[in-house]
Amino acid sequence: MNANVSRRNFLKLTWGVAGAVALAEAGGVAYMFLSPRTVEGEFGGVFTAGPVDSFPPGSVTPFTNGRFYLVRESDGGFVALYRKCTHLGCAVPWEPAQGRFVCPCHASAFERNGELVNAPAPRPLDRFTVTIVDGVVQVDTGRPIQRDHVSEADFVYA
Amino acid sequence: MTTDLDPRPEALPQRVWDSIQRDQLPPADDRERMKLVMNNLVLHLHPSKVSKPTLRFTYTWGLGGLALLLIVILAGTGVLLMFAYTPSPDQAYSDMLALQSEVWFGQLIRNLHHWSGNLLLIVTFLHLLRVFFTGGFRTPREFNWVLGVALLLLVVGENFTGYLLPWDQLAYWAVTVGSSLLSYVPLVGEPLRNFLLGGPEVSGATLTNFYGLHVAILPLTLMGIVSFHIWRVRKDTLTIPHKVDGSLHEPNVKVTTIPHLLSIEVVFALVMTGLILMWSVWVNAPLEGAANPDHSPNPAKAAWYFMGLQELLLHFHPTFGAIVIPALALVALASLPYQRFDMQAEGVWFRSQRGRTMAIVAAVAALVLTPALVLLDEYWLDLPALLPSLPTILSNGWVPLAALLLGLMAFYEIMQKAFRATACETRQSVFVLLVVGFLVLTVIGVFFRGEGMALVWPWEVMG
Repeated sequence: MNANVSRRNFLKLTWGVAGAVALAEAGGVAYMFLSPRTVEGEFGGVFTAGPVDSFPPGSVTPFTNGRFYLVRESDGGFVALYRKCTHLGCAVPWEPAQGRFVCPCHASAFERNGELVNAPAPRPLDRFTVTIVDGVVQVDTGRPIQRDHVSEADFVYA
Repeated sequence: MTTDLDPRPEALPQRVWDSIQRDQLPPADDRERMKLVMNNLVLHLHPSKVSKPTLRFTYTWGLGGLALLLIVILAGTGVLLMFAYTPSPDQAYSDMLALQSEVWFGQLIRNLHHWSGNLLLIVTFLHLLRVFFTGGFRTPREFNWVLGVALLLLVVGENFTGYLLPWDQLAYWAVTVGSSLLSYVPLVGEPLRNFLLGGPEVSGATLTNFYGLHVAILPLTLMGIVSFHIWRVRKDTLTIPHKVDGSLHEPNVKVTTIPHLLSIEVVFALVMTGLILMWSVWVNAPLEGAANPDHSPNPAKAAWYFMGLQELLLHFHPTFGAIVIPALALVALASLPYQRFDMQAEGVWFRSQRGRTMAIVAAVAALVLTPALVLLDEYWLDLPALLPSLPTILSNGWVPLAALLLGLMAFYEIMQKAFRATACETRQSVFVLLVVGFLVLTVIGVFFRGEGMALVWPWEVMG
């Protein structure tokens, strides 16, 4: 510490720091006050989709409240796809005729397993964690999982 | 012994009036007229005398004053609307229906608010163009230009937050798309979007947030900066319009604000109020079906003033279309007055005769090039497929942006060489190129994008 700090400079510095701390505190209080509260209720919690056998291979089942599609691939693997387009957040409908998810907003398209087939979306549809407990499929909508490509590890088998 | 010490023998009502309006009405001479301007709360926005040449209507087009008038209309109708509206997902849409069918003059007040809000955006933008093309942003007015850019952003913010409040399909999906643009900002984008929306998707929390922003935070900030802006106009003094040969249109004499300026303002404000009122009587603000988070309409378009941006998004990686290019454009816009000036052009429309020719050339170039580039990218050029080894952020982001910037630099060089122009004139032609290009993108987005955002003819969009 410089011993030659004048009293004026010391007070300037002290006031400056105190002011900055006070501003930061006020900002922090405002930020925390305004922060989103965790979503209570349906979306964000764990969904019980149903028994494994009720989803035939090659099926796409929408869960409106959970905002996801439960997809069962032909080989029997399950994946839960968040229905929100990875481009700009529109709700992506399943188009059975085309066998694809096609976004109405900017024409992004995704395969049944979520893989991106048509930009402008930058990545496949996000997925939720699927667990199978005693032959019943459960989907945890708490945290969407982003991925650059669809991989084997995304699928859960009974 | 009592004596009447009050020297004023008037009756009480006259004395009350005199205590409010101290100056005699109507003012008797120029001295009294100037005193009236100085002593009046509203009128003292003006100096007591103004330069006669600055009153030319075809110089300012009354755009700044019109913006202020619209803000007043918006504040008045907005406060009324607050009494007929509840910002909750269960209530908002039915309040809109009641506003249109049950509330006395509800539809009219909503129309006035809606159309004035949209018009304010256009007028603010035109005001910016007017100030740019007459060189009104030069020293000492640099900072007031920056304040103006901030005001434009606030007006966009007001329009965007207000767009959500009717809680219809249009509102829900336009805000979903608009706010998703934020999530492409590296690192802080997603938390920022979640903070603004009060969660990962547009919900009741979003409505609360946007309502607070729309009726309190943004308008208070707007009014604060508007006051600052107008105060700076007075302190920085007005620019004097000149003919293209540098001579004055008329002798630069000072005239009293009353009646020379005030009469123009009052007439213009009355005519515009009348026009807006008529328009709002005949044309209803749109309202679609109630918001349905399960079903995005096809096509789902952003608000019209974001359509230029949305069109960019169809051609660029989102980080570039939504963040990098708009950020570059904003920085360029705000820093315009801090560029080097190599000619006197204050008060001359389009700088000079050469500047006018160059502006027309640039406008024509943009009218041809922008649709050509859009068609090229839509039907022939697929950069990610041509450069499969690169991630799309490079192949559809850096690569086309670098190409565009190189094109702009080439345009600058060619224009400067071809016309032997000054930097000011050349810079203006680049500005024209970019502004017209952006307007063309907006027109394409609004009128030429149909289902699945495919390119179609305008008459097919409506069906």
